[in-house]
Amino acid sequence: MSAAVTLATMRRILAQLRHDHRTLALLIVVPALLMVLLRYVFDQPMVFDRIGPMLLGLFPFTVMFVVTSVATLRERTSGTLERLMTMPLGKLDLLLGYALAFGLVALVQVGVVLVISLTWLGLDLSGSLGSLVLVSLLDALLGMALGLFASAFARTEFQAVQFMPAFVLPQTLLCGLIIPRDDMASWLNAVSDVLPLSYAVEGMQEISARPDFTATLTLDVAVIAAFTVVALVLGAVTLRRRTV
Amino acid sequence: MMSSSPASGAVQPGPRPAVSVRDLRVVRGGREVLHGLTFDVPRGSILGLVGPSGCGKSTLIRALVGVQIVKGGTVTVLGAPAGSAGLRRRVGYATQSPAVYADLTVTENLRYFASVLRAPRSDVERVIDEVGLGRSRDQIAATLSGGQLSRVNLAVALLGAPELIVLDEPTVGLDPVLRQELWELFRELADRGAALVVSSHVMDEAGRTDRLLLMREGDILADGTPDELRSRTGATDLEEAFLHLITEKAGSPT
Repeated sequence: MSAAVTLATMRRILAQLRHDHRTLALLIVVPALLMVLLRYVFDQPMVFDRIGPMLLGLFPFTVMFVVTSVATLRERTSGTLERLMTMPLGKLDLLLGYALAFGLVALVQVGVVLVISLTWLGLDLSGSLGSLVLVSLLDALLGMALGLFASAFARTEFQAVQFMPAFVLPQTLLCGLIIPRDDMASWLNAVSDVLPLSYAVEGMQEISARPDFTATLTLDVAVIAAFTVVALVLGAVTLRRRTV
Repeated sequence: MMSSSPASGAVQPGPRPAVSVRDLRVVRGGREVLHGLTFDVPRGSILGLVGPSGCGKSTLIRALVGVQIVKGGTVTVLGAPAGSAGLRRRVGYATQSPAVYADLTVTENLRYFASVLRAPRSDVERVIDEVGLGRSRDQIAATLSGGQLSRVNLAVALLGAPELIVLDEPTVGLDPVLRQELWELFRELADRGAALVVSSHVMDEAGRTDRLLLMREGDILADGTPDELRSRTGATDLEEAFLHLITEKAGSPT
């Protein structure tokens, strides 16, 4: 573990993104565009105030999941991962490098969506801006950590991309975004209790409805953070120095 | 920073070889692909690994750098088991297919690997010069030609001051002048005290090594200096010597 190597890894990943203008533009523009669409599809400020923040949690999560799972898979298939594994680079250096780089990207992404939502789209937020940024950033890191872990099970980029519907869509259905979790059948409710995205959405609901940092929100933040750490550790386990 | 004199860690000074392989066995896909190889690589010398595609060269190389799961035997590199943490700055490795970031420039690639290796920043310019990529230093790797890309790949292995440099087919697709220059560079590195293991399937390159391992189907067919191999088989060139050794082996009862 070395801070210098972690930071070098972060800079390297950011440099890769900087050369890829189209990906960068998609990362920033798509969530903002979806938010604008959402506002005018519902066309009722009340509904937008309720759903908008939940999507602010969902976008960074989904985007980071896809981007990270493909990026890590490329690192594996191009041989750069094997090369790094022969060098004095700790597995955590690599994982934290990814976390920092994509965390920064997520910060910009959420920032742009927020500015547009709070000004042009007239989103009305009860909670603090700080807690909103905190939860969306955590959601982004969660998506990144799960993407890293999931990529270990993909042999090709086709498979990696398919993991998005496999890992993310069921969670989207069950997280309380479409139907409140309390209204679901009890077994579905139980399943949603162990899915991280449920807590991400619940956290966003708390922020949009209540002015202070509630106990529920604290629990949500803790659960998301715990899921992220566990996924990162599992991701580290899948990085092998020696292979067949 | 690091010189060829083995000053640090578990390395023993004196005539101990840079690499010492004993009865190395590797199983891949349920099949034994290396059948108990034994050989040494002295410091300050170039060992050539020659043999047809699929003979186990790359697997052997992976075992030397410690990324290959081995079934049996030992691989000792600079006094420590291959792949141990202390060796990661002291062994340079270039795979056969270029393992660099296609979406970064040549300089960005080298700068990143240099920081991972904690090599001085000036190393980036040095290795760019050594592999002759000065004019494409700011080019994105994906836009380089195959030969240029394999030189970037080679340049990464030269960062820092590796005491063992392991190169899998480093000269594939390069023009003769460049190949000549690279072999001069390899010789220079060996003269400075590094040990080099270079695989190739081009026989005229094999003549430039200090010692040759001729490999076939996971076994060592012959181990000796190029001159020894030529005189032993009575052949004038190594290609012929190789063929001679294969027929000799096929004819002898095993």
